Amino acid sequence: MSELSVKHLLGIKYLNEADIRLIFETATQFKEVINRPIKKVPSLRDITIANLFFENSTRTKLSFELAQKRLSADVINFAASMSSLKKGETLIDTVNNILSMKVDMVVMRHSSAGAASFLAQHVNATIINAGDGAHEHPTQALLDTFSIAERLGNVTGKKVVIIGDILHSRVALSNIFALQKLGAEVKVCGPSTLIPKHITSLGVTVETDVKKALAWCDVANVLRVQFERMSASYFPSNREYAAFYGITKPMLKTLDKEIVIMHPGPINRGVELSSEVVDSNQAIILDQVENGVAIRMAVLYLLAAKK
Amino acid sequence: MTQKLLLSAEDLHIILFRLACQLKETHGNFENTLLVGLQPRGVRLAERLLHILTQHYKVPNVQLSKLDITFFRDDFRRSDKVLNANNNSMEFGVENKRIVLIDDVLYTGRSIRAALTAIDSYGRPAEIQLLNLIDRRFSRHLPIQPDFCGHQVDAIQNERVVVCWKEDDNEDAVYLVNK
Repeated sequence: MSELSVKHLLGIKYLNEADIRLIFETATQFKEVINRPIKKVPSLRDITIANLFFENSTRTKLSFELAQKRLSADVINFAASMSSLKKGETLIDTVNNILSMKVDMVVMRHSSAGAASFLAQHVNATIINAGDGAHEHPTQALLDTFSIAERLGNVTGKKVVIIGDILHSRVALSNIFALQKLGAEVKVCGPSTLIPKHITSLGVTVETDVKKALAWCDVANVLRVQFERMSASYFPSNREYAAFYGITKPMLKTLDKEIVIMHPGPINRGVELSSEVVDSNQAIILDQVENGVAIRMAVLYLLAAKK
Repeated sequence: MTQKLLLSAEDLHIILFRLACQLKETHGNFENTLLVGLQPRGVRLAERLLHILTQHYKVPNVQLSKLDITFFRDDFRRSDKVLNANNNSMEFGVENKRIVLIDDVLYTGRSIRAALTAIDSYGRPAEIQLLNLIDRRFSRHLPIQPDFCGHQVDAIQNERVVVCWKEDDNEDAVYLVNK
């Protein structure tokens, strides 16, 4: 009987390879569950989960909530924009108030890196990081690598390039950790202004020419350009970004193999990916969304078992 | 730890043929019947019965599914062990079928209760019957009894019934183990 080595899911950094494989195995079973006529199991019926979103989110929040409901957990939702945080309450006070309503698990998204780890040290509940600043977004990386394994049979030995805004991306960092732990080779590609200075210390290679990067890889995980996080100009214009880094169908046709295209959403159509690429069979973007629910069910189930 | 042989390979052979005959008697040509083996240990028993039905009694097209009840168990978070899931393969559908649930040992009845709930999420069967190789009688926590039973055992709480199959354990036998 195997179990996770961690009590909280704060980042992929803290998981080992066996943890990730256990999550994948469990998610495979949950994927079968969510394709049944009745898509619900009673496993977490005595668990209450608070979803604390201090930063906007559509698909991660929906995906977590669906996963929780499919497991029969009780769910309370909290959006920072409508809360007492605006009245000056601290994060720990807010969370402790919610926990005194007997909440067992907290799923949190926050704009500050390390917010989830901080919470795990100070409150008595299982914490799941749903994205903390530009730090980590572990469930996204798990569903990305799970989707790669599903499409290509395995992650080990595969070449994966992460393209786009690496600097502001928690998805990039979590993906790098997850891919490396599963034995994939990772390259990052983007304008040099959007690539962190010391990224090579993580054991990844850097490429600024997107055509070379595509020719090298088996999988291209294309990130969204995060306009909302950019306080300075990192590139001259959207049009220029699309011209240099946007991936189009003619570009993919010049390659000698059919690579897999991924995107964590939301997509800026015509900027990082052309519409034709988004809607093609090479793209597994909607599979990623479906797998997201199964992966989150697996994470919730395995962490609940640790209590 | 001491163990006592309850059923030898020969005993098991006779019981399996009897159970297969009883199934044949009740379900005829198995047209509307679905055998459901419970993961992991009930599946082996179900496969043996399927083999006898198709090879010896020449019943064509007996349907067999595998059901995993892990997510429906009532002891999640109540026991120390983490409950790891097995594969489900329920591709035949259960709507309006006559279902025979198959498991190796019937003890408290809690696994069967979980299986009944799990089957519910695939649809509404016409009826559900229960087949067990070993019935540990007088130890039920729930009002559940087998329709087809291989062998009855009176075992006390700190004894365990272990069913061994040639495919997994190199021999066909049933032991009573004192923990």
